Amino acid sequence: MMHFMLLFSRQGKLRLQKWFIAIGEREKKKIIREMTQSVLARQPKTCNFMDWKDLKIVYKRYASLYICCGMEDQDNELLTIEIIHRYVELLDTYFGNVCELDIIFNFEKAYFILDEFLMGGEVQETSKLSVSKCIEESDLMQETMEEYMSKPAF
Amino acid sequence: MVSVTYRATREDSSVFLVSIQPRMPAPIRLRELIRTIRTARTQAEEREMIQKECAAIRSSFREEDNTYRCRNVAKLLYMHMLGYPAHFGQLECLKLIASQKFTDKRIGYLGAMLLLDERQDVHLLMTNCIKNDLNHSTQFVQGLALCTLGCMGSSEMCRDLAGEVEKLLKTSNSYLRKKAALSAVHVIRKVPELMEMFLPATKNLLNEKNHGVLHTSVVLLTEMCERSPDMLAHFRKLVPQLVRILKNLIMSGYSPEHDVSGISDPFLQVRILRLLRILGRNDDDSSEAMNDILAQVATNTETSKNVGNAILYETVLTIMDIKSESGLRVLAINILGRFLLNNDKNIRQVSLYTLVFGYVALTSLLKTVQTDHNAVQRHRSTIVDCLKDLDVSIKRRAMELSFALVNGNNIRGMMKELLYFLDSCDPEFKADCASGVFHAAEKYAPSKRWHIDTIMRVLTTAGSYVRDDAVPNLIQLITNSVEMHGYTVQRLYKALIDDISQQPLIQVSSWCIGEYGDLLVSGKCEEEEPIQVTEDEVLDVLEGILVSNLSSTVTRGYSLTAIMKLSTRFASTVNRIKKVVLVYGSSIDVELQQRAVEYNALFKKYDHMRPALLERMPVMEKTSTNGPTEIVQTNGETEPSILETKHMPNVPQPANQANDLLDLLGGNDVISVIQTAPPTKLVSAGGELLDLLGDLSLSGSVPAPGPQVSISQPPFLLDGLASQPLFNDVAAGIPPMIAYNKNGLKIDFTFERSNTNPNIAVITMHASNSTEAEMTEFVFQAAVPKTFQLQLLSPSSNIVPALNAGTVTQIIKVLNPQKQQLRMRVKLTYTHKGSSLQDLAEVNNFPPQSWQ
Repeated sequence: MMHFMLLFSRQGKLRLQKWFIAIGEREKKKIIREMTQSVLARQPKTCNFMDWKDLKIVYKRYASLYICCGMEDQDNELLTIEIIHRYVELLDTYFGNVCELDIIFNFEKAYFILDEFLMGGEVQETSKLSVSKCIEESDLMQETMEEYMSKPAF
Repeated sequence: MVSVTYRATREDSSVFLVSIQPRMPAPIRLRELIRTIRTARTQAEEREMIQKECAAIRSSFREEDNTYRCRNVAKLLYMHMLGYPAHFGQLECLKLIASQKFTDKRIGYLGAMLLLDERQDVHLLMTNCIKNDLNHSTQFVQGLALCTLGCMGSSEMCRDLAGEVEKLLKTSNSYLRKKAALSAVHVIRKVPELMEMFLPATKNLLNEKNHGVLHTSVVLLTEMCERSPDMLAHFRKLVPQLVRILKNLIMSGYSPEHDVSGISDPFLQVRILRLLRILGRNDDDSSEAMNDILAQVATNTETSKNVGNAILYETVLTIMDIKSESGLRVLAINILGRFLLNNDKNIRQVSLYTLVFGYVALTSLLKTVQTDHNAVQRHRSTIVDCLKDLDVSIKRRAMELSFALVNGNNIRGMMKELLYFLDSCDPEFKADCASGVFHAAEKYAPSKRWHIDTIMRVLTTAGSYVRDDAVPNLIQLITNSVEMHGYTVQRLYKALIDDISQQPLIQVSSWCIGEYGDLLVSGKCEEEEPIQVTEDEVLDVLEGILVSNLSSTVTRGYSLTAIMKLSTRFASTVNRIKKVVLVYGSSIDVELQQRAVEYNALFKKYDHMRPALLERMPVMEKTSTNGPTEIVQTNGETEPSILETKHMPNVPQPANQANDLLDLLGGNDVISVIQTAPPTKLVSAGGELLDLLGDLSLSGSVPAPGPQVSISQPPFLLDGLASQPLFNDVAAGIPPMIAYNKNGLKIDFTFERSNTNPNIAVITMHASNSTEAEMTEFVFQAAVPKTFQLQLLSPSSNIVPALNAGTVTQIIKVLNPQKQQLRMRVKLTYTHKGSSLQDLAEVNNFPPQSWQ
């Protein structure tokens, strides 16, 4: 299973963090720091894999954004690259030519999309269409501000 | 903005303040906050903005305002991502989850997943809300609840809600069913005992057409099979169905929904292959049932893109792990070979994509080399080429694999490549590579000369990275290559005059010159042109080492001893040697001083014994340890036959060498426990040993006793000169035992009785490693109760190779005069896969014959 997925910029700013394991806040920060440092230090033409503790780290760069996943030993690294790519495609479909700014300003949407694609560190839905449809329908369920203000809380 | 309402009456001139209601302006929107924060030019500015906003949010929370709670929590989550504390929003997330509005729930659950992990006190408060939402009328709300539970539910929460998950696992709604399946996986991971309750619901999971459900079902089945052999046996019957599903995926036409570069649902294909691997392992029938489909996938999958290769990779892993027929296995290895070739071709284009391959392929090959040696050997040249790759990860894998592939047939060629690699590789590889070369050379050397040349090459090119235990090994090798002595000492001497900075090289060379200096000056070298060198020149070099700043204390010790030995081998320079010895008698270095003083005494009082004492070393018998011959310490016994004076410095540590000296002169105040860990650990060895013991009390562990022990009269010297085999090589009928077996590390003990003293049990420790990664910096320490005395000799190495490719051995001698039941506590430290590990264990299952 995936232990975590991190999105960060070339300057090392965190844009998204998804954790599938239960660890403390301080340890999370430590991992984020180490991942960011290691991945940003990698030479440009090296492969997308790193060993870190007992995990395999798979990362890929998309323009100004790095996506970095911590995988267990028996997970297929090449497939993880496909998982990362699929997530980017989903973002692209949703935002239309997605760029880092979209993820910065709509981070909650990025999370919602991720939560329709992955769960508990595993792939939940393999159909791009299906995920996109779910997100659309969920969005429609969100009340507009007027509806929101007028609807009673309980 | 404050609105104050007060009433004033004419009758009453007092003013009543009825209500003061500070009304805040609507909290700023999320996007506005993000925009504002991004304009901050410094960290301090950002912090100020954040603090201001946090204060506003806090006030807003205090107001219990439902309207803007969602917006505020969203902002809080943004600030949390920037690294600022957000715990005061935890309860607000709970309130959002409990709200009826979907927008609230969405943000609330997101907040819960980010802020309310199971370590938080309020985590469990979510349970009721989640339970309600699992039964909500809207599937998206149910989905939110399932997602939260499935990502981060605690064990208690899982226990409470497992029933709900099980119910949803049987629903016909595929959207919910797939989420329920992964929630079940999470529940099982957290509370394995609950696995059974999901069994009935798995009945029809694979009948689904929906790929999401299929995929998550396969994940669920995999999890169950991995955790329980019963489940595994139960689910074996699914193999035909899985094979069918996989077949359909490959054969079916284009399906736009699941297509990735022409391949239909690669995610599902890979997961099915992985489940098939688990089901087919150790089972002939299942393996046979999947044979055809594996061959089909292996031959038909398109390899031009990463996605195809991801599937091939998984296929290869499956083929290698199940009981596949040989044709299939060869197919798998060839695929891996092609992967590597792919790498080669594109290296010129420096394609990132294929560099990925090389790494993956090498890892697989490493796993398979044990079982299918021949097939892998075919790809040897490709693997060796990977040594020249630019990528560090690939280089390392290639090096490991190269060593694993070395055998008697290819040793010369492989060694050439590996030595070339050693010359040019990064420092981080040098130590491992040097060790690997020594190991391979020892096993497969085609001739003694080749062996010595190889060692010399390593010492001269990577001498400072060589592990310290290599020195005694080499010395033994050199001693035993009797006909090569002249050649060896000449080559080492030449290396020495070039460079005196690499300690292991100097140590071996000094020792050699001390032993065979006579051959050197008399020009007795058959293998190559003898060089002309005088006794004075040799002494110049050795003295140079003594005074050099580059030399360590240990090295100086070697050098001084060598000089001393030459006093019996050189004819004309005895007085010079005497002078040197005299000078060092007042050296600040205690170790050197000790030696010099004793050598001086040898000159003055025991000159008649000097030739005998400093005689040439005999050929050392290889004992069962494969390590260097041990120093016999008498543990307080004074029987003369036990002493053997022809020791070599076993491990370059001051403690042991001081003991050498004592033995040389018949000293019998010996130390009962000698820690022979590598020097870097020497400093804390005493402390560690004491830690190790805990309640087992140790009889006097003194790591560096030398200087304090006085020289005693040597009545046993002459007796001690006779060298005796140390013990019966035939095992005295004591059965071996497993002392430790955890995490892939297995320690076996084999027993022998000492020939010279029936109270001494000689235990050989064999450490083997069944995991896929080697264990480095392996240190074995042991301690025994007070009534015993224990001696640990140096280990054969400190790398335990992976996949049981070899063992580390070490001799333990236990003196048990009171014939008490033997107990031992062991401490193991090693580095595995990058992390340092340590374990303590008690060994109590010694066979009675070992201590009776």
